Amino acid sequence: MNPVRRQQAVAAWVLALPFMALFLVFTAGPVLASLGMSFTDLRSTDIRTPFAVEFVGLDNYTQLLADPVFRKVTVNTLFYLLLGVPLTMAVALTVAVALNHLQRAKGFFRVGFYLPVVTSIVAVSVVWKFLLRDEGGLVNTVIAWFGVDGPGWLDSTTTALPSLVVMSVWRNFGTLMVIFLAALQTVPRELLEAAESDGASAWSRFRHVTLPLLRPTLLFGAVITSIGYLQFFEEAFVMTKGGPLNSTRSVTFFTFDQWGFGNYSLGAAAAYLLFLAIVLLTWLQFRLLRDKD
Amino acid sequence: MSQTLDPATAAGTTSAAEPEHVPQRRPKSREGNLRTPGWLYGVMAAGLVLVVIPFVWMVISSFKSEGEVMAVPPTWWPENPTLSNYEQLFSRLDFPTYFANSAIVAGTVAAGNMVFCAMLGYALAKLDFPGKRLVFGLVLGTLMVPGVVTFIPLFVLTVNIGLANSLTGMILPFLAGPFGVFLMRQFILSLPDELIQAARVDGAGELRIFFSVILPLCWPALATLGVLTFLAQWNNFLWPLVIASDEDKYTLPVALALFAIGQNSTKYGLLLAGSVVVVVPVLLVFLALQRRIMEGIAMTGIK
Repeated sequence: MNPVRRQQAVAAWVLALPFMALFLVFTAGPVLASLGMSFTDLRSTDIRTPFAVEFVGLDNYTQLLADPVFRKVTVNTLFYLLLGVPLTMAVALTVAVALNHLQRAKGFFRVGFYLPVVTSIVAVSVVWKFLLRDEGGLVNTVIAWFGVDGPGWLDSTTTALPSLVVMSVWRNFGTLMVIFLAALQTVPRELLEAAESDGASAWSRFRHVTLPLLRPTLLFGAVITSIGYLQFFEEAFVMTKGGPLNSTRSVTFFTFDQWGFGNYSLGAAAAYLLFLAIVLLTWLQFRLLRDKD
Repeated sequence: MSQTLDPATAAGTTSAAEPEHVPQRRPKSREGNLRTPGWLYGVMAAGLVLVVIPFVWMVISSFKSEGEVMAVPPTWWPENPTLSNYEQLFSRLDFPTYFANSAIVAGTVAAGNMVFCAMLGYALAKLDFPGKRLVFGLVLGTLMVPGVVTFIPLFVLTVNIGLANSLTGMILPFLAGPFGVFLMRQFILSLPDELIQAARVDGAGELRIFFSVILPLCWPALATLGVLTFLAQWNNFLWPLVIASDEDKYTLPVALALFAIGQNSTKYGLLLAGSVVVVVPVLLVFLALQRRIMEGIAMTGIK
């Protein structure tokens, strides 16, 4: 290595070192440790001797698969995903397309719709818990004007989870909206005008010109939204405590519970299964959406 | 949902300019569909009202008496506006401490990320060194790992190095955020190489170049990263909840959540006032800096 390149390499490593040291200890290390831990029997009583615990092979995983609560939280997490992702994407895309048509006050609306994203999930969960209550909740008061008698949205096993999803869509669509809006700006105007002069309707211009050009962005949006919904936790923790009857408990919530019970290895195994699910789903989404081209 | 849906996560991946950079008023040469129909403004305004109602209602209701908060049917405007919720809240809970804890944690994490991410970002963007591809791959690869995967090992580690129940324990795991590296690298890539070569010709050392040539040019990206990290940490919940066991180590969201799901859950007036205390400061910060934040996301997303 010549002196100039050596000097550069030394400087680069000096600059990289603080970040990499923190990163290896607090991010990369724990990711691996989590995998290792999931094959052991580490409990809160062993917290001072994490390397001395017994290796139990796949016991934690078989225990998880046999656990009715874990099955329930897995099904719930799938519901969060299947309800939340399409809803969030649809709302975000609709608002972004509408925003893109505005000539004035675009910035005002964009900031307004983005507001929920920057707020504390805990604080807005408290507010939503109140909006959704049975007697005197704002939602039920409003639908009563139309003669509908609303339930206690968070008190029933059938409505609690969808209610949390609606609240989550409210909080999160703004992020995707900004991304979609940025992508919409890149759709060449000439293409839309050409389609228009060929007599294409507004819908068919959107369907056949805009949408195909947005595909990479939509794919990216679907991936990050899915990752988010697979980790659903805070809303359920504050608004329903996972109930009623575990109907809103998620896999992340389950890991949190295991930490509370002192079953560290079982919690790590659940977290790792979630991780695998995320990797698998991301890979699937890339495949499915790419193959169409 | 957790922090994954950070607006910024998206920045690097969209190859698009933000609205701010596009002429707002388009030429109106062709009449028809590409012009804004008036009803669209009406629909958007109605949508915006729906989105903002929970905030407005939260603020208004926090000034109602406990009896009125629970009234059926609910009142919109407080009949007898009162500050009693805030008075009770501040006498029951040690808000100045939580506020200070939140500010210290979020501020330190934001500052640390700005410095460390800029350093590594520069190395990855402009310097040639053995292991570069490995470092970049490793950092980028962890962008997708959900927080809960590291949660239990991180807890064991934090306890064993004696940082449980401390603000340091809340801060350290977030100081090296992969996203910041990605953002800074993207930004620094756009700076001209000639700057660096000119400084080298002038005899400046590699580190000197970073600190006196590159870093001052990074302010727009650093500001964006700082604000986004601050907001994310201010609202961070799971980790502070797990690490803080004494009340004087709580951050605002933790204090509010434990208050909300604990014995006091019937005191809705107090909870709403607490929500205002947690949310309103960040909303104001966001509104004050929104142009800069949106521009920052756009700027780093163009590449």
